[in-house]
Amino acid sequence: MVTATMQAPSPAAPVPPPVPAPAAPLLAVRDLRKSYGAREILKGISFDLARGETLVLIGPSGSGKTTVLRCLNHLEAPSGGEIRLAGESVGGHLSPDGRWRPMSESALARQRRRFGFVFQRFNLFPHLSALDNVTIGPRRTLGLSRAEAEARAKAQLARVSLAEHMHKRPSQLSGGQQQRVAIARALAMEPELILFDEPTSALDPELVHEVLDVMRALAREGLTMIVVTHEMRFARQVADRLIVMEDGAIVEEGPPEAIFTDPGDPRTRRFLTHVLDR
Amino acid sequence: MTIDWAIVAMAVPLLVQGALTSLKIAALAGALGLAGGVALGLVSLGGPAPARLLVRAYVDFIRGTPLLIQIFIVFFGLPMLGWRPGEFVSGVLALSLNSAAYVAEVVRGAVGAVERGQSEAAKSIGMTRGQILVYVLLPQAIRPMTPALTNDLITLVKNTSLLSVISVYELTRSGQAIIASHFAPLEIFALLAIYYYVIISCLAYVSRQLERRMPAW
Repeated sequence: MVTATMQAPSPAAPVPPPVPAPAAPLLAVRDLRKSYGAREILKGISFDLARGETLVLIGPSGSGKTTVLRCLNHLEAPSGGEIRLAGESVGGHLSPDGRWRPMSESALARQRRRFGFVFQRFNLFPHLSALDNVTIGPRRTLGLSRAEAEARAKAQLARVSLAEHMHKRPSQLSGGQQQRVAIARALAMEPELILFDEPTSALDPELVHEVLDVMRALAREGLTMIVVTHEMRFARQVADRLIVMEDGAIVEEGPPEAIFTDPGDPRTRRFLTHVLDR
Repeated sequence: MTIDWAIVAMAVPLLVQGALTSLKIAALAGALGLAGGVALGLVSLGGPAPARLLVRAYVDFIRGTPLLIQIFIVFFGLPMLGWRPGEFVSGVLALSLNSAAYVAEVVRGAVGAVERGQSEAAKSIGMTRGQILVYVLLPQAIRPMTPALTNDLITLVKNTSLLSVISVYELTRSGQAIIASHFAPLEIFALLAIYYYVIISCLAYVSRQLERRMPAW
């Protein structure tokens, strides 16, 4: 009776997944939809993410990869579907009568602290030093003391090899350095997973590797992450699992080696020929 | 046409007292207007919907009616509410209320013009709307706000002359008093113009220096 109104298979339903089940997934996305007016951007996206997993989303521009990420932590409100983080519904809940009840603004803010987000254009706070950019989250939203927050921020800046630049403003840093500060800012919140939205697309080609190196290290350390990228070599090397999107839907999903060497879907094949032939 | 230099010489020191009063009014109303305007601006950016609507209506009223009328309304309205603060306080209050509406618009405009990615980054580290305003948007809006706020302050200084109608003994009123006793309107009004011009030139200079010293990032 309770699940009668739900379109997607409920996570509570005892349907065994096809792969050997890891415990409960950290993130479960079911039938995620997003429309702007009549334009349907996401046409029902479903996937799970296990703790420690690196999931990479690839696909042509406009396929909806970025929108998926932005819906996950509700930078965009989804138009339908369900997102669960460690079993907890994100952004609100479906009431028994099937209506979506958004949570309060402060509850959503608390929930967003559990997702890190790294933007294509860094979006560092230009009026703050690198250190303050990283400190402000733990200090203002996690309620740490200044000393605690700064200690944490310094550790994260060291982790992305920027300890010696911590007193500089973003405008005094290169693009690659700025993006690493942005990664440190996300890490300092100690999120359960980090979402990377084309983190190297705004960088000069010679700076791309320093950001990818940091992300590679994070993946090795077991950080849970979802990465939208056009860096195919990175995707192939670092992804535990690859999702190929086109036109607002998932066309293929699986281990990167399999998809790169033998794409099962003609759309994937076409996309890969385009990006790999450059 | 001859200029009566004796009257000019006599008026210059007499007007200093009035000029000081004008400056005092401008400083008080400027400070109150700034504080009130920032508060109103923040409400119109992040407050609950009914409060935003009220601020909108207030700003529309202030911008849609002459300051002279607003001064009279405050001057004659306050005693009806049972408070007789006198013409000086009434005048300062009227100018503050007026200035706050304009400052609110400047704040709203400048904060609204901060790039959207900034709020998104702040949201992504779990900030609430209020925190985003205070820690991220407002600090970045101060520099772009400064020229517009300077303009508002200059307007405010000129507007203090309107308080002469409720007999506040500021610069214009003290000039009128000299005219009444010596009948040399052109000399005195020209002198008043020079006084205002000098005051405002100084203000503009200070503001330019301030702007130059503000951190650019």
